[in-house]
Amino acid sequence: MAAAAELTLLEKSLGLSKGNKYSAQGERQIPVLQTNNGPSLTGLTTIAAHLVKQANKEYLLGSTAEEKAIVQQWLEYRVTRVDGHSNKEDIRTLLKDLNSYLEDKVYLTGYNFTLADILLYYGLHRFILMKPRHRLVRNW
Amino acid sequence: MRLFVSEGAPGSLPVLAAAGRAQGRAELLISTVGPEECVVPFLTRPKVPVLQLDSGNYLFSTSAICRYFFLLSGWEQDDLTNQWLEWEATELQPALSAALYYLVVQGKKGEDVLGPVRRALTHIDQSLSRRSCPFLAGETESLADVVLWGALYPLLQDPAYLPEELGALHSWFQTLSSQEPCQRAAETVLKQQGVLALRPYLQKQPQPGSFEGRAVSNEPEEEELATLSEEEITMAVTAWEKGLESLPPLRPQQNPVLPVPGERNVLITSALPYVNNVPHLGNIIGCVLSADVFARYSRLRQWNTLYLCGTDEYGTATETKAMEEGLTPQEICDKYHAIHANIYRWFNISFDIFGRTTTPQQTKITQDIFQRLLTRGFVLEDTVEQLRCERCARFLADRFVEGVCPFCGYEEARGDQCDKCGKLINAIELKKPQCKVCRSCPVVKSSRHLFLDLPKLEKRLEEWLGKTLPGSDWTPNARFIIRSWLRDGLKPRCITRDLKWGTPVPLEGFEDKVFYVWFDATIGYLSITANYTDQWERWWKNPEQVNLYQFMAKDNVPFHGLVFPCSALGAEDNYTLVSHLIATEYLNYEDGKFSKSRGVGVFGDMAQDTGIPADIWRFYLLYIRPEGQDSAFSWTDMLLKNNSELLNNLGNFINRAGMFVSKFFGGYVPEMVLTSDDRRLVAHVTLELQHYHQLLEKVRIREALRSILTISRHGNQYIQVNEPWKRIKGSEADRQRAGTVTGLAVNIAALLSVMLQPYMPTVSATIQAQLQLPLPACSILLTNFLCTLPAGHQIGTVSPLFQKLENDQIESLRQRFGGGQAQVPPMPAVVEAAATAAPRQVQVLMDEVARQGNIVRELKAQKADKNQVAAEVAKLLDLKKQLALAEGKPLETPKGKKKK
Repeated sequence: MAAAAELTLLEKSLGLSKGNKYSAQGERQIPVLQTNNGPSLTGLTTIAAHLVKQANKEYLLGSTAEEKAIVQQWLEYRVTRVDGHSNKEDIRTLLKDLNSYLEDKVYLTGYNFTLADILLYYGLHRFILMKPRHRLVRNW
Repeated sequence: MRLFVSEGAPGSLPVLAAAGRAQGRAELLISTVGPEECVVPFLTRPKVPVLQLDSGNYLFSTSAICRYFFLLSGWEQDDLTNQWLEWEATELQPALSAALYYLVVQGKKGEDVLGPVRRALTHIDQSLSRRSCPFLAGETESLADVVLWGALYPLLQDPAYLPEELGALHSWFQTLSSQEPCQRAAETVLKQQGVLALRPYLQKQPQPGSFEGRAVSNEPEEEELATLSEEEITMAVTAWEKGLESLPPLRPQQNPVLPVPGERNVLITSALPYVNNVPHLGNIIGCVLSADVFARYSRLRQWNTLYLCGTDEYGTATETKAMEEGLTPQEICDKYHAIHANIYRWFNISFDIFGRTTTPQQTKITQDIFQRLLTRGFVLEDTVEQLRCERCARFLADRFVEGVCPFCGYEEARGDQCDKCGKLINAIELKKPQCKVCRSCPVVKSSRHLFLDLPKLEKRLEEWLGKTLPGSDWTPNARFIIRSWLRDGLKPRCITRDLKWGTPVPLEGFEDKVFYVWFDATIGYLSITANYTDQWERWWKNPEQVNLYQFMAKDNVPFHGLVFPCSALGAEDNYTLVSHLIATEYLNYEDGKFSKSRGVGVFGDMAQDTGIPADIWRFYLLYIRPEGQDSAFSWTDMLLKNNSELLNNLGNFINRAGMFVSKFFGGYVPEMVLTSDDRRLVAHVTLELQHYHQLLEKVRIREALRSILTISRHGNQYIQVNEPWKRIKGSEADRQRAGTVTGLAVNIAALLSVMLQPYMPTVSATIQAQLQLPLPACSILLTNFLCTLPAGHQIGTVSPLFQKLENDQIESLRQRFGGGQAQVPPMPAVVEAAATAAPRQVQVLMDEVARQGNIVRELKAQKADKNQVAAEVAKLLDLKKQLALAEGKPLETPKGKKKK
């Protein structure tokens, strides 16, 4: 899924009515959002966090310092590990790691659903359906 | 909470610096673990640093740990910080780990290390200077600063890797490095050992993925449109409306071109190619073509410009070649000088002078500089142990000895320099020396020689560099090379040789010796100018009024940036010294190097036989110009760039703009009534044009080419969105709109033709002829976008500018130049290669024929436009012909594909 489509989807699920237009930058097609007041924002997770704040749903970014750091950690994981390398070996390791991480959790931060869950879900969507082994990842 | 670190793990730097700031907010225990220990139970691969929280959760991302510490001290997250951290993780880290790996684990230096990160460093520098804030996310130091500082510190703490020209980055880095938490983190992690402290950790890491290609790409990066203020738009539109009136009168052509007081006088030199080698594409892009773009640009700016070059003709290599061919050295030079001149003429290089070094002027000026150096005590005399080949009965010039490098052990080191480690070698220091001609082992004999006392001149050189370098456009690699030479200390350099073919040494006892090219070749620029005008000193002894730009590949930097300046400073005759030294990296061929002896690569004389026009070669070579980093010539990429950038983007836009004028408005530029969208477009084009100027003023040739392609992309979009071909059939208002769009588009095409002139002079002239662009507008490029084709202007006949390059055509060229076969019969190129085509290629062709056949059938079924059908049928016939050739079937008149 192209980043712009993903952000549009996120806008809808956040209940933002006015759809933004995104452009893409460089080889990796990094999304860019031109905001009305101020400079443009570049990068998938940066824009996503911005949208969450726009929708007044800050809780999706975590409420404690710990949760906030964890959310950002998994957002980074999404853009570096999931989007970064997609050879089979890497993906297998990645799913295995996630599976074992989620063993005692409902969501990535524990019990609260956050932006990290949304974006990681979007990012993994294309791999998971074909991999029955990673049961926990699927349930999540 | 507990922090797990490992000796030499770079991530510890930002984490410890951030922890230092949150001190007292939380109890922090630090444990040191091995680099391969898995701390986080759910991660398969080891990762440090890791922070284990009191809840049992793990933070394994360096930025997340730093963020956590900042959050604990009450900091609030913001968009800009998020953006910097995301950029750090996705862009900076991959580049930086490659650079650190090269530096620390592989022991590489210089550009090899700096190359991968240069773009990222420039990005930080520009962001800092553009927003004129001292810190990344505002007025105070914050999370983003600490994370980026920590990531960059291991590299940038060595001043060699903190490019001087990045001033904003420089001061940002210094400010942070001097703060206490950062200082302490640096001491803890690097332990005063510098970057080598990271070695134990980095050695255990897998080599970071290849970073090549990514940084060299010239793909459009920022397609998004910048925001424009109303004021900018109004200014751009006002300039546009003034149109042709605002053009100054054309400079009258002078002959000879001489500096004019009060004007910008630009003297441009391209490194002198050695006469008896036919230059390959790498040589051409490295100096003559790069310098040509700048010279043409400089003339478009109406700067008073002189561009000179010539062949470097003295030396042993010429003597040997003469022996081989049974000619005199002078005859050899005459023969090869003509070959060079022809190649450059074909590539459309706009020299004012293309001279040579074997002239009386060369002798006169070289001897004069030498005498001055001698009387001022800058010449030493010494006896030199030198290699002599008894079998060939002569002293061996450096380039005729090969052996093992005494520094790095490279097996094929040349007598003067090692290609691998780049160190200069004294031929007798070579281990296992061999005469390159007869392969016997030379003996050491002594001979008296003269030396240029560089150590005595070092202080003057440093003073001059101190004045020249800041604010100049010396390329970073040139600065780096000069800096590392000075750091190692200068040594006396021998300037004479036991040869006959050279400039005689005017000193008793040295009658049978000549000056070494080290000393003499760079003086060639002066003598070549002297052969052009007897007033040459107005260029070369006039540092106040002349701006000297010298173009070369990086191996030539020491001669131009160091040896010649030392000679000139020591001679004390007010010589003009280089203001801007522009050095390229190397161009490779496909995956390897160009090699004349192995017949690999495209050489200047062969490019003409490919059927591909000179302008296409120019475009592609400039598109991949090794600016900042090595790059590679690739046939497939050339096809791709021709078909996508030239044909589909640039050619398509210019052709459509012109066609609309011809087809819908009878060849007359229609009336334009600018709407706010159009005004915006005018402003965007103006902005991009100004960007182009900024880049070319800094001789960033490859990047400026991108501006041209960006404007044409905007143009294509503009046409696509406004659909003038539909509106022309609509109401009066629609028709007027179609007119405005067509008029604006054709004016953009006119602008592009001028911007393109330095890169593709023939194509530029073709466009200008098609559009009948008024003369002053063809030869002057201002910083504003002007309406140069006003309503009512009549254009000429419009026709397509570029031709598609086909896969099979390129494939056969690749085979022809790919190596293996050294002798290739010249023409006809395509036929020759196809005749020996492999079965695979036959299959490819058969598929192509089948596909093209379908296209034709479909078109006929749809009753499409006759011309269109005819064009596709022609393609089909051509393919069939190629197929017949490839299968070895007879045919009537073999002919290569005609290229325009």
